[in-house]
Amino acid sequence: MSRQRDDRLTWETFSEGLWRENPVFVMLLGMCPVLAVTNSAINALAMGLATTFVLVASGLLVSLLARYIPRQVRIATYIVIIATFVTLIDYAIQAISLDLYNALGAFIQLIVVNCIILGRAEAYASRNRPLKAVVNAAGMGAGFTFALLCLGGVRELLGAGSLFGVNLFGPAFQPWVVMVLPPGGFLVLGAWLLLFDWLKQRSAEVAPSPRGETANGR
Amino acid sequence: MAADSLSFIFLNTVLANNFVLAMFLGLCPFLGVSGKLETALPMGLATTFVMLVSSLCAYGINLALVALHIEFLRLIAYIALIASAVQLVEMALKRYSPTLFRALGIYLPLITTNCAILGLALFQTFKGYDFAQSLVYALGAGVGFTLAIVLMAGLREKLALSRLPSVSQGAALSLMLGGLLSLAFMGFAGLGGGH
Amino acid sequence: MNIPALQPRTPTAAMLAVLGGVAMLSGLLVVLAAQLTAPLIAENQRHAIERALVRVIPGAVTFRRYRIVEGGLAPARKEGDDTLYAGYDAQGRLLGIAARAAAQGYADMIYLLYGYDPRCQCIRGIQVLKMAETPGLGDRIMKDHAFLKNFESLDARLDPSGESLLNPIVTVKHGAKRNPWEIDAISGATISSRAVGKALNRSARKLLPAIHPLLQRIRRLREAQR
Repeated sequence: MSRQRDDRLTWETFSEGLWRENPVFVMLLGMCPVLAVTNSAINALAMGLATTFVLVASGLLVSLLARYIPRQVRIATYIVIIATFVTLIDYAIQAISLDLYNALGAFIQLIVVNCIILGRAEAYASRNRPLKAVVNAAGMGAGFTFALLCLGGVRELLGAGSLFGVNLFGPAFQPWVVMVLPPGGFLVLGAWLLLFDWLKQRSAEVAPSPRGETANGR
Repeated sequence: MAADSLSFIFLNTVLANNFVLAMFLGLCPFLGVSGKLETALPMGLATTFVMLVSSLCAYGINLALVALHIEFLRLIAYIALIASAVQLVEMALKRYSPTLFRALGIYLPLITTNCAILGLALFQTFKGYDFAQSLVYALGAGVGFTLAIVLMAGLREKLALSRLPSVSQGAALSLMLGGLLSLAFMGFAGLGGGH
Repeated sequence: MNIPALQPRTPTAAMLAVLGGVAMLSGLLVVLAAQLTAPLIAENQRHAIERALVRVIPGAVTFRRYRIVEGGLAPARKEGDDTLYAGYDAQGRLLGIAARAAAQGYADMIYLLYGYDPRCQCIRGIQVLKMAETPGLGDRIMKDHAFLKNFESLDARLDPSGESLLNPIVTVKHGAKRNPWEIDAISGATISSRAVGKALNRSARKLLPAIHPLLQRIRRLREAQR
């Protein structure tokens, strides 16, 4: 992917962020918001969408301006651009819902230091056509949102017995409180990574070993 | 202890609301540079140092922003400030303490994108801390970060010697360890809301 | 579009121009956004306070904002942490006073609005304004019916001297509530529950002795306004 420098838009432009280069599960980027705001599915979704907006908007602007930006100051310029869009989304969320704003707290502003965004601006947006940059950024954003939902969903389901605030198990369910607490964030993400690594290993082995019966109890 | 006394702020930030283990700030270096004790400790110290400097500057800048009624530029100002603070620290170290620079130098660029620094500046502003409180908060955050990363490095050094299933090596293992550490630190949680 | 590997050195002027241009652009965007959203945000905040006010002073239809100043009460124009809200029924009778209280919770500060009813000398309701407590755990302080029942009539009488509370408001372990000034904690969210008690006690201890001698004036002030 990285070698070809053509301007064709393919499904791959979008989908690589979703799966093959998923920012969270594969590239392990932007961990702070991933763990901090995923104690409920709705927070996870909001954070994912906000990050996607910043990714797409800054991708577009960086791609448009790239040829005018001298190399020496490019990182500074990108950061200013990113900070601008983060401030925009910060105000927007405040205007849309105060409750959501309070739940996400300072983590909206911390999108600025999410390495995914700067990384994409530097490695992709600055070298590609605006349309392509936007599509790729949208894919990355979707992948990020997907990962956040995977975490937020599991944590809310186990930790509170609900999903998007809807109670699923009834009053008899004894919640695994630890899941919505900080340790749960680490443990659930660790578990997801184990699962993905195991799947990867299994598909790499294909024929040789009989089945992926590795010690994978937890 | 009153919620705004200096000793409370310090203990609370180091233990109960540890930046890494409870607030999830600064995870990249926590996962990335915690492989060996001998690199983890300097990283923690360098981060503490930058935290103190940028907390000081952020306090000053925020005063200016509030005085001029341009709070909406806060985020942009802070991020520019942190980038330049790191640069300044790097230059000052190189000039005045080459030994320290050799020990910490390579970690400094990494710190710019460490969300713990920006998080610190933002949180101290949101909490409305005064000058002394901000400094103690920064110190507590730095010490807490150092504590977490050193503990993590110790665990990982031990585990490097043991036999593990191949799938569980790498990031997944680090995260699981982080979870256990975080669980242990939860024991301090009562500190914040006790009597 | 592709940056050649060996670029001639960019003149400083060009770098400054680009940085300046980008800074101008971003400043413009941010100011624009701040201006556009400011009324919406103010509206949201007002709405949140009003929604909380009707809950903590049940039955009230009109509200007035006041501030305690040296030796009396003054109408408050702006919202602040020290703003008091007086709630009146349709006939203009004072039903209650609402004020803000805050304490360190599990994750961060918990900010509350509570309503005080001078007729029963008790707290009639609380609403969480802002908190970062854990969803499904600490955040039950704003949803748990059994917990909120504590505040339907929480004793906050003044002692005979009128300078302090007769009984300090305290949070007790789940199921250990014996007295009307005690708050029955949510089991599993003790820290958050305690924070609520602490916030209320701290605020009521200061506010109620100060407000009691002034109550007559707000009743009258309201009548004068009509």
